[in-house]
Amino acid sequence: MSETTMLEAIRTSLAEAMRADERVVVLGEDVAAGGPWGATAGLADEFGVERVRNTPISEAAICGVAIGLAQSGLRPVVEVMFVDFVTLALDQLVNQAAKAHFMSGGQLAVPLVLRTQGGAGQRGGAQHSQSLESWLAHVPGLKVVMPSTAADAAGLLRSAIADPNPVVFVENKTLYFRREEANGSEPVLLGRARVARRGRDVTVVATSRLVSEALAAAEELAREGIEVEVVDPRTLVPLDLDAIVESVSRTHRLVVAHEAVEHGGFGAEVAAQVQSAAFDELDAPIERVGAPFAPVPFSPPLEDAYLPDRADVTTAVRTLLRRSA
Amino acid sequence: MVSPAEVDAALGLELLRGMWRIRAFEERVGQLTRADEVHGLVHLSIGQEAVAVGVCGQLSSRDAVYGNHRAHGHAIAKGAPLAALMAELMGRDGGLCRGLGGSMHLVDVEHGFLGATGVVGGNVPLALGSALASRLAGHDAVAAVFFGDGAAQGGIFVESVNLAALWALPVILVCENNGFAEFTPRSAHSPVERVADVVAPYGLERATVDGNDVDAVRRAFAGFLEAARRGEGPFLLECLTHRLRGHYEGDPQRYREAIAQEEWQRRDPIRRLERRGLDEGWLDDDTPARVEQETREEVEEAVRVARESPYPEPALTSELVYA
Repeated sequence: MSETTMLEAIRTSLAEAMRADERVVVLGEDVAAGGPWGATAGLADEFGVERVRNTPISEAAICGVAIGLAQSGLRPVVEVMFVDFVTLALDQLVNQAAKAHFMSGGQLAVPLVLRTQGGAGQRGGAQHSQSLESWLAHVPGLKVVMPSTAADAAGLLRSAIADPNPVVFVENKTLYFRREEANGSEPVLLGRARVARRGRDVTVVATSRLVSEALAAAEELAREGIEVEVVDPRTLVPLDLDAIVESVSRTHRLVVAHEAVEHGGFGAEVAAQVQSAAFDELDAPIERVGAPFAPVPFSPPLEDAYLPDRADVTTAVRTLLRRSA
Repeated sequence: MVSPAEVDAALGLELLRGMWRIRAFEERVGQLTRADEVHGLVHLSIGQEAVAVGVCGQLSSRDAVYGNHRAHGHAIAKGAPLAALMAELMGRDGGLCRGLGGSMHLVDVEHGFLGATGVVGGNVPLALGSALASRLAGHDAVAAVFFGDGAAQGGIFVESVNLAALWALPVILVCENNGFAEFTPRSAHSPVERVADVVAPYGLERATVDGNDVDAVRRAFAGFLEAARRGEGPFLLECLTHRLRGHYEGDPQRYREAIAQEEWQRRDPIRRLERRGLDEGWLDDDTPARVEQETREEVEEAVRVARESPYPEPALTSELVYA
């Protein structure tokens, strides 16, 4: 079995999509040169700089151009270098892209993918480390994807590019270079959760980087005979609530874990939906794992302490088991 | 489609009728707004009709046009049917956008009107995207976007002008400079009087014309359009004009100066074209009143059809969130 990384999987998936459909174009800052991480490396050589298009540092205009391309029949994939800079393109995303189909009474469609990456852990400071997915998931009309493995990244990207709606594809910078087994790039449907580990005692719904943290926590807890089920929703919008409820109805305990600030985070939405759909299945209140209500600190020991990790998941699982004993 | 020749009887009548259609429609919209039959925030373009007509009359449905919050005229000039437009303003299922858009968010894909926006300057980059799509597909279709002078102070405008110039896109930026950004004169918003001067450093080919002279708008736009069809661009056409109504229907307009208002009434683009037609002899005395009457009847028919359209079913709200 060969190995790959999430970056390699994304690059391969993009190239396959561009080969399969000449309407697919890539644009963003430095994408023709491969981008800062290399996600688009080699694409300009194969497809030319008309289809792999460098842009100035104008996030709003880039996003707006992509909307116009999409409305005029193309399939743009925009790269915004850091999710922190999506703030600059929010009018385009929220007021234009998300609402075009709706406000036109169904006349327009915006098949646009906005790839970006977020997350802390690389001493980037508070403006290059955020997890802002809950803002985007709050906007009707946008789909929000957060892959946690290379295979999912490749497969979800294919589906996102084929989707007739604007999709925000939020990668995590700390996952880019992890080595994984290559599993090809079969499309992964948006809105289908993946059970990353089976277990009978507690369900942990985790996203992005927290999936591997939850798996590490599950490994540790298994040594004590505690069996944790890890569910990765993979897409926040649409959310596979059925898969989560199915898991909770077997384990009767739920932890929701993400790197984003816990306050107002997407975990609150998952918790609210699960208690509404399956209150009687729960043996204890739902626990949340997320970052404190503070910007990401720069100083390494402070950043390390700030970041939710496997220890936080383990603590949340133990708390749940205590409360439901 | 209007050809860039001298104004003769056929062309003159077409321009006159185009402007009257917008005027009659919007005057009726004003009445229906006060009668609470047309809903929401309504911005009329009365007094600015020459710009929409001078520009859109030369485009085909393959050319993408974008408008701003004051876009009834843009949509009508691009070919949007009056009944569906009126039904949209009334929030009816038979509206252009099935009642989900409203006055500020009109779209008519069939006629290449890809959308108005309620966010000032918000869809300028979308027009660039449509122009780029045309280039990548090897077509000669162009894109045009209407915006007011107020949009020129926004960051997205500068980002878009830079990108359009950098990529030499076949897009025509049409500024309706009516001298007012909402309730304050341009001088209170920017030390740069002319929007054409704002874009000067980017090397765009540009022109500033009397936007109340439909023939001047038409001629200037024709030159840009011919070049854009060859793939050249971008261009900026600044049309100096004036809205004879408030920023929105119900605006008390305390900022108006009485003398200026009288002067602008005299420059009313419809009256001007009528005077010119009578002077040049391609219009006879009875025709202006007849054109006015015919367009008012057209609008009444649109009102009748729109009133018969039901409100959409409530389920529509959740049906159209995703394609």
